[in-house]
Amino acid sequence: MTGLFDFTKTGYLLGHDFVQHALLAAAVLGVVSGVLAPLVVARRMSFAVHGTAELAFTGAAAALLLGASVGAGALAGAIVAALLLGLLGLRDGDRDSVIGAVLAFGLGLGVFFLWLYPGRARNGLSLLVGQVVAIDSTDLTLLAGSAVAVLVVMAMIYRPLLFASVDQDVAVARGVPVRVLSPLFAVLLGVATALGVQTVGALLVMALMVTPGAAAVRVTSNPALTILLAVIFAEVAAVGGIVLSLAPGAPVSTFVTAISFSIYLACRLAGRSRLRRLRV
Amino acid sequence: MSQALQQERHVAAQSAEPRVRLRSARLAYGERVLWDGLDLDVAPGEFLAVLGPNGSGKTSLMRVLLGLQPLSAGSAEIGGEPVQRGSRRIGYVPQQRAVDVTVAVRGRDLVGLGWDGHHWGLGLRGRRERRQRVDAALAAVGAAGYSDRPVGLLSGGEQQRLRVAQALVSDPDVLLCDEPLLSLDLAHQRMVSELIARHARGREAAVLFVTHEINPVLPLVDRVLYLVNGKFRVGRPEEVMTSATLTELYGTPVEVVRVGDRIVVAGAEAVNNGVHHHVEGQP
Repeated sequence: MTGLFDFTKTGYLLGHDFVQHALLAAAVLGVVSGVLAPLVVARRMSFAVHGTAELAFTGAAAALLLGASVGAGALAGAIVAALLLGLLGLRDGDRDSVIGAVLAFGLGLGVFFLWLYPGRARNGLSLLVGQVVAIDSTDLTLLAGSAVAVLVVMAMIYRPLLFASVDQDVAVARGVPVRVLSPLFAVLLGVATALGVQTVGALLVMALMVTPGAAAVRVTSNPALTILLAVIFAEVAAVGGIVLSLAPGAPVSTFVTAISFSIYLACRLAGRSRLRRLRV
Repeated sequence: MSQALQQERHVAAQSAEPRVRLRSARLAYGERVLWDGLDLDVAPGEFLAVLGPNGSGKTSLMRVLLGLQPLSAGSAEIGGEPVQRGSRRIGYVPQQRAVDVTVAVRGRDLVGLGWDGHHWGLGLRGRRERRQRVDAALAAVGAAGYSDRPVGLLSGGEQQRLRVAQALVSDPDVLLCDEPLLSLDLAHQRMVSELIARHARGREAAVLFVTHEINPVLPLVDRVLYLVNGKFRVGRPEEVMTSATLTELYGTPVEVVRVGDRIVVAGAEAVNNGVHHHVEGQP
């Protein structure tokens, strides 16, 4: 633990390609998750994000076993999860239990794949808790491409999706295709989650996909501002977490979640006095 | 509104093209017929109350007009054209429901969604017009004072004012209101229904107002559509809300009593399984 605040070591590591790749990946992930997070919160989908992340892990484990790209495997797993959740759990009441059932099975399957894989222990852990050095420039291209795709689709569907999220009945009455938007958003979440699996790992994707949004809605009710704040919070957590993890060589996810959670606590505190003021 | 003015408006309304037109409309789910042979014209500026027990097809009628539920037979038109899903000519006011404080929307966002929430894209180009429209709609319902507060913190009455503004912002030809007074107290019931009636009249919009309780809207109602067990009756309140008519509709003795300016219906509850104040579920 002596290296925890060793900034010379941090500076030295920042000069390396693999670290810069990781920072770039984190920055991309921060934008995507910040944009999605407020709607994840509004649509009460944190558990869905969790379930999707577990299946991204399953996909990544399968890819590892087959010798395919881990990134592509995670992507495939997350999209399968999103479609499954979208198709099985269209009704709100169903969703919770469907996710629970699918998630448990997927995680079990992933563990099985890892057990089959020869170099199991080390790689398995990195998929669950993230490993910055795992990202090479091919992964980075896939990451950036997927991120742009998510953002473009999100810009297209943002207004009707917001409408459907806050006011489903009226949105349906006005002709918003709610039944298309729900699975579509689930797929976007899947893609974003798969991106997160490579940096912060499957188990801790929530720190970026949920917490920044949950923090932002505590301090503002302006939808555009919640997105901006969530992006900033996610960036600070993702990039800051990686930088802090360099010197001690500790898992990235610990730092990302710690920063993310601190922001959340601060926003809750700030939000409490805001609500008191607004209620008067 | 004076008697003479009401008369004059009624005459003017009848000469214009109806906003809503149903012809031989039938809706049935399998064996169960909700209504059949329903002919209905609702004129511009007319306020039609849709009454009836749970499961009589009031909400289904809304869904038909919204293009969400196809008719089993007959035709339904809005503004002279067949109904279609997501028509711009329709404003919709649902019942009040609690909005979570963690859903980040302000009053003005809710109203703005009524203006362009069904459009794809970010809508950056139309922002100025959107703002003007939203501000005007907020001012019209007296909600400008709290338009920047989170919707989840507002009272039921304040939220319903916003919903009326949301429905009016796109200047619809038809206002469909599905139990908008449910869970509001008496003062707010009156305020919201007057708001709906006043603005619909000002803009020549036809109002179809589904409610299980006619009294809060009685002074505003031009005609009543009363649906019971596959039968229906359309007419002015004093024609439909009588012991004879309702007894015939329900097929069991129903007593209609006028107490002051209120109408009390006794006996209909028994047919309705004793549950009068109950939200009608979607079929």
